[in-house]
Amino acid sequence: MSSATGLPEGVAAAPVPVAEAGTPAWQRLLLVAGGVILALAPLWLLESFHLFQLTMAVIMALAVLGLNIVTGYNGQISLGHGAFFAVGAYCTAILMSHFDWSFWWTLPVSAAVCATVGFGIGFPALRLAGHYLALTTFALAVAVPQLLKHKAVEDWTGGVQGLFLVKPDPPAFLPVTPDQWIYLVVVSIAAVLFFLTWNLIRGRIGRALMATRDHPTAAEAMGMDIASLKTKAFAVSALVTGIAGSLSAVAIEFVAPDSFTIFVSITLFVGMVAGGVASILGSLFGGLFVLFVPNIAESISKAAPGVIYGIILIGLLFVMPDGFAGLLRRLTARLRRGGTS
Amino acid sequence: MILNRRAFLAAGAASLALPAVVNAQETPGVTATEIRIGSTMPFSGPASAYGVIGRSHEAFFRALNAQGGIAGRKINFIAYDDGYSPPKTVEQTRRLVEQDRVAFLFNTLGTPTNSAIVRYVNQRRVPHLFLSTGADKWGNYQDTPWTIGWQPSYRTEAQIYMKHLLAERPNAKLGLLYQNDDFGKDYVIGVRDILGPKFDSQVRAVTYEVTDATVDSQIVSLQAWGADSLMTAAVPKFAAQTIRRVFDMGWRPIHYLSNVSISVGTVMEPAGPEKGTGIITSAYLKDPTDTAWDNDAGMNEWRAFMRQNIPNGDMKDASYVFAYGVVHSLMQVLRQCDGNFARDNVMRQAANLKDLEVAALLPGIKVNTSPTNFHPIKQMQLQRWTGSTWARFGGIIEGANV
Repeated sequence: MSSATGLPEGVAAAPVPVAEAGTPAWQRLLLVAGGVILALAPLWLLESFHLFQLTMAVIMALAVLGLNIVTGYNGQISLGHGAFFAVGAYCTAILMSHFDWSFWWTLPVSAAVCATVGFGIGFPALRLAGHYLALTTFALAVAVPQLLKHKAVEDWTGGVQGLFLVKPDPPAFLPVTPDQWIYLVVVSIAAVLFFLTWNLIRGRIGRALMATRDHPTAAEAMGMDIASLKTKAFAVSALVTGIAGSLSAVAIEFVAPDSFTIFVSITLFVGMVAGGVASILGSLFGGLFVLFVPNIAESISKAAPGVIYGIILIGLLFVMPDGFAGLLRRLTARLRRGGTS
Repeated sequence: MILNRRAFLAAGAASLALPAVVNAQETPGVTATEIRIGSTMPFSGPASAYGVIGRSHEAFFRALNAQGGIAGRKINFIAYDDGYSPPKTVEQTRRLVEQDRVAFLFNTLGTPTNSAIVRYVNQRRVPHLFLSTGADKWGNYQDTPWTIGWQPSYRTEAQIYMKHLLAERPNAKLGLLYQNDDFGKDYVIGVRDILGPKFDSQVRAVTYEVTDATVDSQIVSLQAWGADSLMTAAVPKFAAQTIRRVFDMGWRPIHYLSNVSISVGTVMEPAGPEKGTGIITSAYLKDPTDTAWDNDAGMNEWRAFMRQNIPNGDMKDASYVFAYGVVHSLMQVLRQCDGNFARDNVMRQAANLKDLEVAALLPGIKVNTSPTNFHPIKQMQLQRWTGSTWARFGGIIEGANV
């Protein structure tokens, strides 16, 4: 594991250049290039199991990013993003195993389905705020595993037995193993989505989302359509988390209702808070956190891994109340102050 | 050919472009002093009550190593927590196979969790021995030749009930109430195995969903159809409901109950102990609370093991007895390997157990496997609820050969 833990920062830097507005162009370019190198380095440095773990961590990071859009940036608490993760995974699994679609074509379908479902959930969300919304989305996450087993859809979802699918094969011209290929696919898709999200958040829409979160009345007075913003935020958020679900389905090569219990939603929420609420970079840390920390906890105590996990979580939140991203922010701020004085 | 782990890792790193499928004659996880065995267990999560099985194995191998191990080698048993979550099982299994380079997997627990890894381990040709799950599909030696179950499957259990029923009432009309998932459907298959073409005329099958509130209407419909016998393949909550409902409406069929739901505390007492009198179920393990085994040599051996190695373990928990039985089956496989722990030989020996008697199993029940029989335990004994306890009766019944 120690060889893997050195990498997270590198992968983190790849999709989100942390360049400030004042950074010169050559520095930005250097950051992007460094990020790309660090994201690709694991291909040669890690053996297949660690590469698989890192792949899963990037997938979780993408799912956390989805949650961050609606909860972090838009302030609508969702404890049900595991449901979107499941819907995305099942879209890909059903299309690949029943219709022999290629993985690539399932992605747009999965994105569209998840966005639609998210948009639909966004409507009741308009009338419910805070804790009530949290409970409603929680109910969704509780319901999904059982709905997947329901008689009406059992022929499609495979019921409790779940569905098997096969990872896409690497193209013939690339000398990579299937594990390396899936890592490349996941990292590329994640990079694109992280970049698009970053682009969305730093612009007009991102500011509107945050204004709606911080002061809805003022935002509305300034002419923002809150209903439309909130439902669309839910749709985009569900889309991103759903694509993460699709990726997880091909990486694991198996989906079953038991893979998407309520714990997935809780895990995503933990990842968001530990990584940093309303932070794109934080989502990456969140993904790494939820994948690697339980393993660390288990290596410390097999008798009570949950207790150790809890202690680590409480300790981290105590040291870094605003997550990894907040810690980074404070560190860079201190460095800059140190540099100018 | 013996390689140590570091050499393997180095070789793996050097040849990353090659898929790391190991030749079956090679012996990953086996050195001159050690055999590495992997498992995944729900130490946390919804099924964590079964985590004691993994702890029991750890204690067993620790004790074995203290006595010198097997074939001059110590057993390094590595059990990881999967929290009963299939994606986590895939991750932990890959860690065991690719990073820890275990020789084989043993007693991985859970039906959904094993479903998630069965294809991976069969592609990699890693022996996947004696799973802790009652699903019938682990006996599928044609499609998954590296995976073998252990306990009697639900299908075998249903066959045994049907054999008993037909001996009592050849023209019985059976009402079959089952949970609509792979657990329940295994019972339907088992009943069909015995009845064959007569299934449609002699059986009325109705289902319930785990999400249903009650099974009242299903039971009423079975009685109205004229069933004189009832088989209930249900989890504890619905089993208790069924027992109570059948009694309250004055129906007295011969009632067979899945042995998933025979706990006194969670089924029989909530249903009302007197209401279940006469219900028939099956067993293959010795019940640690049954006074008949107070002076049984096998159970004394188990109790001594518990006192020495797991002094704070619950002596009433049948999971410990299960663990003790399954680990002894593995020990026989390892003895038969005769020092050759290559993966193909381990698998060959696992499929070559002949009339093995295990202390934890009821007298007369023997473990048998062959290259075309991946159901190690196919015999059970029936037992009847007396109103306060389960009393075994009759001889050992064997499931059908299908």
